[in-house]
Amino acid sequence: MNDMTRVERQVDTNKIKLECRDCQVHYGETHAIKDVNVDIEDKTVTAFIGPSGCGKSTFLRCLNRMNDTIDIARVKGSFKLDGEDIYDKRVDPVQLRAKVGMVFQKPNPFPKSIYDNVAYGPRIHGLAKNKADLDDIVEKSLRRGAIWDEVKDRLDAPGTGLSGGQQQRLCIARAVATEPEVLLMDEPCSALDPIATAQVEELIDELREQYSVVIVTHSMQQAARVSQKTAFFHLGSLVEFGETGQIFTNPVDPRTESYITGRIG
Amino acid sequence: MTDASMPTPETGRHSVSLTAPDARTRKRAQAEKRFRAYGIIAIATGLFFLVVLFTSILSEGIPAFKRTVVSVEFILTQQDREEAESELFKTKAYSNLFVTALKTELDERGLNVDINEDAIERLLGKVGGTIRTFYSENPDKLGQPVRFDLAASSRVDGYYKGRVTREAMQDSRFLQKSDLDLVDAMEKAGIIKQAFNWPFITGADSGVDNPGGAGIGASVVGSFFMMLVVLALSLPIGVAASIYLEEFAPQNRFTDLIEVNISNLAAVPSIVFGILGLAVFIQFMHLPQSAPLVGGLVLTLMTLPTIIISTRASLKAVPPSIRDAALGVGASKMQAVFHHVLPLAAPGILTGTIIGLAQALGETAPLLLIGMVGFVARGYPDGFVAGFTEANSAMPAQIYTWASRADVAFYEKAWGGIIILLMFLLTMNIIAIILRRRFERRW
Ligand SMILES: Nc1ncnc2c1ncn2[C@@H]1O[C@H](COP(=O)(O)OP(=O)(O)OP(=O)(O)O)[C@@H](O)[C@H]1O
Ligand SMILES: [Mg+2]
Repeated sequence: MNDMTRVERQVDTNKIKLECRDCQVHYGETHAIKDVNVDIEDKTVTAFIGPSGCGKSTFLRCLNRMNDTIDIARVKGSFKLDGEDIYDKRVDPVQLRAKVGMVFQKPNPFPKSIYDNVAYGPRIHGLAKNKADLDDIVEKSLRRGAIWDEVKDRLDAPGTGLSGGQQQRLCIARAVATEPEVLLMDEPCSALDPIATAQVEELIDELREQYSVVIVTHSMQQAARVSQKTAFFHLGSLVEFGETGQIFTNPVDPRTESYITGRIG
Repeated sequence: MTDASMPTPETGRHSVSLTAPDARTRKRAQAEKRFRAYGIIAIATGLFFLVVLFTSILSEGIPAFKRTVVSVEFILTQQDREEAESELFKTKAYSNLFVTALKTELDERGLNVDINEDAIERLLGKVGGTIRTFYSENPDKLGQPVRFDLAASSRVDGYYKGRVTREAMQDSRFLQKSDLDLVDAMEKAGIIKQAFNWPFITGADSGVDNPGGAGIGASVVGSFFMMLVVLALSLPIGVAASIYLEEFAPQNRFTDLIEVNISNLAAVPSIVFGILGLAVFIQFMHLPQSAPLVGGLVLTLMTLPTIIISTRASLKAVPPSIRDAALGVGASKMQAVFHHVLPLAAPGILTGTIIGLAQALGETAPLLLIGMVGFVARGYPDGFVAGFTEANSAMPAQIYTWASRADVAFYEKAWGGIIILLMFLLTMNIIAIILRRRFERRW
């Protein structure tokens, strides 16, 4: 755990971007998220860690209402983005998702060209005034996704023809192309090699200057490297939430300690 | 590795060489071989039946595309015409002229046979009328040599195709043994011959006593207008219903009920739709009887469940991650469906639609109930709109009508009609395959 010492920790100063209170998620009879309270701060990277199946993805999907698409999922609790309840009846999830972007756990590029994959979001939101503008957005996003050099010569090739790791970076590029205020990343680096991982982490660091990023990861080192806040989930409950440095060096809960030292999970 | 089930060296598993398969492996290999043999036998059986089917269809149906014509060159002068027109039995006068012309032609080749007008009428029908009509329509051809291709009666046609033989036939008002001498003589002179039966393809249905004049063209047109109705109604309605049910509708009792009903509708016998069409469209709504419009409506009811079921299946087959991806970048549900899901489902929807249309094209029973029987197809509709509203038949109904007629000559027509029907189905399937390829290439 030497990595964490490298990260300068500047927290406390940020305002709360997303405030989640008493969150419960049921999948039919399964109680997947129990009484979770988390504050996602602005201009901060928050890492969600925890053993497989503990509900990290489920909770992440609550934050941009992607659970709406699962018929059996029921979400309760209060989720406030900049003080506005995102589950309010008047909120159009479409608008919410433009503000809260997402990179999914499994890479899911559209079966269209690489260019169209990235351009789709800006197009439907009308972010580009003309073709040149759109080209700029696409290039910039692909650069941020650390994949520009690999695909710049074949933007017309299908996105589904890329390798798994390239697809994941394409999805990252697609997510950042719409300039979301909050970016939710579900294990974005699980299929990436160390070089691409480092590039994505660089991107996360860069995004932090303007946005807030929530990242789910199974790599303790990664959580320690990129995040300022860490939340540890276990069996659907939030066990511990706090500054990354404190979680990794001085956890309060014994379960957190066993997990980060590799004894459970 | 504390796993107790790990094979130990004593069981022999590891000691056997890789080139000598152990008993278990051999058994599995044998099972696989057996299964392959079953598969090949199954395919061979299927192919055998297909070959039998096609040879019988072709051997029975090909003769329908040939007809027997008597081809005589004929010069009619203005004077001949005036003389004939001044007589009491005008067509008889023309037919006398024809007989004379035929006689000279036969005499020239040294063939001497008795020709009387009755025999000519039995062989060729009312020749005089045909000639008279031709010249009154084309007066400029007077005085010039004109070649008349006159269709021989179906008995003569049958004599050529082996259906009628000298030994088996009996003299009747349709054909007498002595007439066959004339036929043989004309054949020697090269006057009578087999030609491609264009009238069968372009013509309309004929009376029961004139199988030679029966053609399938009019009912092809009837089928075409019906298919237009079916396509124009069932594709948009079916696809819209499926998209709504699959992508937007909430999952509740009501939608479950609809789903069950759609599946049941697909299994309802077509004749039920026929009687429903008769009751609702004709008796209640007073739409014209025997009209392709009504036929199309009935077949639409029949085709809708097929299209809905196949469209829903192909929508279901689109991975949900694509929908998530679209929603995740802020697309609305409708955008996700129309930009991403529908293009991926399009090949499946197309195939389902064409299968549904092909089913509808081959459907007979409901058409009989709403009066689209074969003998209604006596001519072509005058114009596009009339194509929907004027009484007409459809290919399978026409085939059914021919097959049920007493004269064996119609039997051959029925087979010929089936060949035409199959050609249309084949074309539709090829179109389906081409469209599929086209769409699928866009990965
Ligand atoms: N669509 C679903 N329907 C029913 N149950 C689900 C669904 N998605 C998740 N669950 C359940 O919710 C619980 C949490 O799942 P979730 O995917 O959030 O885990 P996770 O923490 O992301 O795990 P991993 O690290 O393996 O991705 C699991 O017990 C899972 O079985
Ligand atoms: Mg997950």
